[in-house]
Amino acid sequence: MKEIHVSEITKTVKKLCIDANYYLTEDIRARLKEARSNENFAIAQNILDVLMENADIAKNEARPMCQDTGMAVVFLEIGQEVHVVGGSLEDAINEGVRRGYTEGYLRKSVVDDPIERINTKDNTPAIIYYDIIPGDTFKVTVAPKGFGSENMSQIKMLKPSDGIEGVKDFVLKVVKEAGPNPCPPIVVGIGIGGTFDKAAFLAKKALLRSTNERNSKPFYAELEKELLGTINDLGIGPQGFGGRTTALAVNVETYGTHIAGLPVAVNINCHATRHGEAHL
Amino acid sequence: MSKRITMPLTKEKIEDLEAGDSVLLTGTIYTARDAAHKRLVELLAEGKDLPFDVEDQAIYYVGPTPAKEGQPIGSAGPTTSYRMDAYTPQLLEKGLKGMIGKGMRSGEVIEAMKTFGAVYFGAIGGAAALTAKCVKSAEVIAYEDLGAEAIRKLYVEELPLVVVIDAKGNNYYKIGQQEYLETQR
Repeated sequence: MKEIHVSEITKTVKKLCIDANYYLTEDIRARLKEARSNENFAIAQNILDVLMENADIAKNEARPMCQDTGMAVVFLEIGQEVHVVGGSLEDAINEGVRRGYTEGYLRKSVVDDPIERINTKDNTPAIIYYDIIPGDTFKVTVAPKGFGSENMSQIKMLKPSDGIEGVKDFVLKVVKEAGPNPCPPIVVGIGIGGTFDKAAFLAKKALLRSTNERNSKPFYAELEKELLGTINDLGIGPQGFGGRTTALAVNVETYGTHIAGLPVAVNINCHATRHGEAHL
Repeated sequence: MSKRITMPLTKEKIEDLEAGDSVLLTGTIYTARDAAHKRLVELLAEGKDLPFDVEDQAIYYVGPTPAKEGQPIGSAGPTTSYRMDAYTPQLLEKGLKGMIGKGMRSGEVIEAMKTFGAVYFGAIGGAAALTAKCVKSAEVIAYEDLGAEAIRKLYVEELPLVVVIDAKGNNYYKIGQQEYLETQR
């Protein structure tokens, strides 16, 4: 049985927290460049230039791209042949977040209780999802999630009769209502199916997929392309000042659901859609 | 062409600003976001003085990242403004003239801006590393216990902003999007 020591996990989570906040991923950089060349509205062109310059400054000076360095969302894919040794896995992850946010000069944006609201001063607790899979892989993904965009996300329990048109209408409604608030251009994660909670999880997970890849099912790949087009026809534009580029990508994830339901969750992310992964 | 504006924001300067104007702002401004606003408004309710005089001043809605050694401030872009809407009219009544953030404002805030003559500026959300370069000094002046949410006095040079809502209530989010959509017809 493959053994992984918790100290390795802590070290990896720490590095992923810092890197995701400092370095824009290559696929998003490519999307921004494409958007800039397709944009013909002056203020929108200017803002896309500023966002690319901001990414360069963050990279060259090793500083966060955004002041909201997010709540750390951690996804683990753990092979069932793997044995984690040396302590608690959950503690190891939170220790990685603690060190990443402290040593990486990241903002501590987490409170201990949603009503009392005392800052924990180390950005813990992380949000952790565990997925047990066959084999002996151990994959960690860290996605620091800012709340400017998180607050604009919505979920709706549609009826089966609402169908695909109901899904499209709901997505457009959410993006319209968000308007300038989530710092467009945005990346839209959509979860369709499952249960109330599963749809929300799928929407979050959709944001981890590279914007270079479309959904593996042709029907949903088409839906992603169509929604990207209709969202960009809204005219909200970068920062909400008007323009073509309201979204850089739309990623859809789906799951089986109940005969009585059609849950749809829309998780909005800012242009940076920060995330990073590592295999141990 | 950007308009160069220096703090404080007098009535004449406010009247000269129109929705859609690009502005480079220089001078002293103050930071405050959710938790600090809550405390400021509680002080007003108790009839007490605020930690700084808001008359003709501007508040920047920001919670910066910690500064590395030798830097005045960490990354410092705007947070979403609507969360401050519940508290804003009371500060405008006290003479606050400028707000810097991103995103929409409530009808109540816009009415109070028209009544008391104030401007809402948008900073570029997501460009926090670049924005930080305009901040030349930063000093916590109140609520240090709030960490990133403490009130800081900033000196900024040529902070790039857009007038989103002017003192007449014109809203550039509406105007800009309409202008763009007209180019597509």
